[in-house]
Amino acid sequence: MMRGGWKFWLPLALFAGFVVLVAVQLLDPAEREVESAMIGKPLPEFALRAASPDRPGLVTAELKDGKPHLLNIWASWCIPCAAEAPQLEILRRQGADVVGVAIRDRPEDVAAFLGRYGNPYSRLGADDLSEVQFGIGSSGVPETFVVDGKGIIRYQHIGEIRPEHVPMLLQKLKEAGA
Amino acid sequence: MIAEFGLAALWLAAALAALQLFAGASALRGGGAGQVSALVRPVAVVQGVLTALSFAALLLLFVRTDLSVKLVAANSHSAKPLIYKLAGAWGNHEGSMLLWVTVMAGMGALIALLERRLPERTMLATLATQAFVGLGFYAFLLFSSNPFERLPAPAPEGMGLNPLLQDIGLAFHPPTLYLGYVGLSLAFSFAVGALLTGEVGPAFARVMRPWVLLAWIFLTIGITAGSYWAYYELGWGGWWFWDPVENASLMPWLAGTALLHSASVLAARDALRAWTVMLGVVAFSMSMVGTFLVRSGILTSVHAFAVDPERGTFILVLLAIYIGGALTLFALRAGSIAEGERFSATSREGALVFNNVMLSAILGIVLLGTLYPLLTEAFGVKVSVGPPYFNPVSAIFAVPMLVVMAAGPLLRWRKDRLARVRGPLILIGLVFAALLAALLVWRPFGLLPLLGLTLSVPLAVASVLPLRGRDLRRLPLAVWGMVIAHFGLAVALFGMAADSALTVEKLAAAKIGDVTKVGPWTVELEGVEPVGGPNWIALEGRMSASYRGGKPIPIAPQSRSFWAPPQQTTESALLTRWNGQLYAVLGDETDDGRWQLRLWWKPFVTCIWFGGLLVALGGFLALLGRVATDLRRRVATHKIAVRKRELEKAQGQ
Repeated sequence: MMRGGWKFWLPLALFAGFVVLVAVQLLDPAEREVESAMIGKPLPEFALRAASPDRPGLVTAELKDGKPHLLNIWASWCIPCAAEAPQLEILRRQGADVVGVAIRDRPEDVAAFLGRYGNPYSRLGADDLSEVQFGIGSSGVPETFVVDGKGIIRYQHIGEIRPEHVPMLLQKLKEAGA
Repeated sequence: MIAEFGLAALWLAAALAALQLFAGASALRGGGAGQVSALVRPVAVVQGVLTALSFAALLLLFVRTDLSVKLVAANSHSAKPLIYKLAGAWGNHEGSMLLWVTVMAGMGALIALLERRLPERTMLATLATQAFVGLGFYAFLLFSSNPFERLPAPAPEGMGLNPLLQDIGLAFHPPTLYLGYVGLSLAFSFAVGALLTGEVGPAFARVMRPWVLLAWIFLTIGITAGSYWAYYELGWGGWWFWDPVENASLMPWLAGTALLHSASVLAARDALRAWTVMLGVVAFSMSMVGTFLVRSGILTSVHAFAVDPERGTFILVLLAIYIGGALTLFALRAGSIAEGERFSATSREGALVFNNVMLSAILGIVLLGTLYPLLTEAFGVKVSVGPPYFNPVSAIFAVPMLVVMAAGPLLRWRKDRLARVRGPLILIGLVFAALLAALLVWRPFGLLPLLGLTLSVPLAVASVLPLRGRDLRRLPLAVWGMVIAHFGLAVALFGMAADSALTVEKLAAAKIGDVTKVGPWTVELEGVEPVGGPNWIALEGRMSASYRGGKPIPIAPQSRSFWAPPQQTTESALLTRWNGQLYAVLGDETDDGRWQLRLWWKPFVTCIWFGGLLVALGGFLALLGRVATDLRRRVATHKIAVRKRELEKAQGQ
């Protein structure tokens, strides 16, 4: 081999590094959740008007009642929100107190959505300007937060709740209540 | 039947690719002669025709909205306009992979038909390589992404195409980009072919160059169009987001640009042999890596749901085989390709080498930034990398590259002195200094926009300087191409810098009848009305905009609701003047009957895409020049052959 031949192996070595890196990621799908910067922080202060005539609105102070809550951020125009509706209903039946924030929604659309997919919420606030959504560190819908009895955020779930997430969320609620 | 026909054509094409590989490889071992080698070119052509037929079958299925085919049911809808039915064929994973192999086989067929300048051994090796790479993608398509799969029972109606994609610009964006991505496979095959036979020289570079140019033109147009689409369709007013998908298209472009320039050095001066071959491998490798990153879902954001590790693993294995194989071959053979001619640092070659190193550095920066989240995730840290990294770090290399780009075309090949081009250099420097002084006096800017603005104008001046003192009518088209492409880059740079330095943004909650000022514009909201289209309804804001108190011009941004699938999109309204664009987006209605309006005045923003198109036009002119030269040469050799035969005949009598 001629002098300096080693440098011709450099591209291959770099590429091998790339393959190992992505192979590890592919074969061992790491936790795809994002650690929320809001975890351990208190809920921002807000008072939302009721988004639905038969449920009260959402006020931060009322959530500091010593019991853990599941805060679900959703919208009637969001398809994954429809997909997660059955799981929210299951969570409610298993004893979770589910409170909702409807993002930039119209009352008639909210009513239509709840009529079609059921209403698991004990309280439902309307967030017309996404202020709660941004304040709480959520960037999309749906997202679900576990909030403990002192109003401290304990867990953030991004994306829709799929059936396999239900036990995990119940566990998080239990930990938040302990 | 159509689906089965398409699938059968695809299988046949795959079988022919195997035959092409086998025949090419065995002919190479046997010294490149014999009957087997005569098979390779015709087989490549038929393979190309078969994939084209298969793709045509898929298009027909979408035109007919054949809902018994899974892909059609999942991506189309009977109520969609015809053009978007067609676009639905490639606006999904399976269809786009079929387009991939179609382009790949089509390109292979083209070189089999047209390219006769290389030694036949190298051609055989090239076509065998093209078939070998093709085989992997056939396998991927047939075993894991069959586009012709039938449903057990036909669906009553299709699910529709993502409304964001229902846009005329985007309908043609993927095919254009694919012609670019996959067209670069020829560079890969030529490079591997030349490595196999050891025939790397000026002839190889001259043969490879027009094909790379063809792919690069499409890539340039594709990136430009994609950027414009993101700009007006997403409604965020931005034109480049350093998103992994965008980076995936930028990286092959950077490698392709470097390759074109180093191929020029190789063609003219027989230098940079190993480097050119490696760029040939790297350019298409970047296409494949980009496709992998996007398709495997490994790099998409946290809100992406459909991650398919199986497909990802399949493509990764293909990558390991092809890129790993080519780079191993390169490592083994590069040492035996003599480095060729020497040249001094101050010369055309010197400038081109510098440009190559800078382009490769930017490529490395973009690749690193794209992969960095993966790298840190392996250590349990989650980060996202955005413009704060990409902009300044790539500028570190882009700025010196642009400076050298201004001077490089003025230099002579092999050896030159800067003193010889002192006049033009002083002119460029003066323009730069004057502009810098004027901007510093005018108002404060950020460093990058300031650099962009002050570099772009002297760069535009410098780009036309190679024309001075030359007879413009006799100037080769390739030189025109270079001048226009470099000028286009200066124009695009000016647009980018002007957009980031001078944009004025206004967010307003306006009542009907309210007047909002943004930059030199006054915009009045006259009303909001519902309107309807073939598969959507929308709220349309009726506004009139007047520039510096001039005649009011109506604009109408919309907030559209599609029903198949249900999704909302914003249709921004654009008002273009020679010196910029007014960009208006209609938001939601607030409780007190006001409408959220977002207005931007973006001076000279259109220069970005206009410049991009000029770059592509420059490439096209250069391609035209090369093809014309080759045709003339062919005609001449043909005439000489005819004359020789006539002479022999006359002598024989």
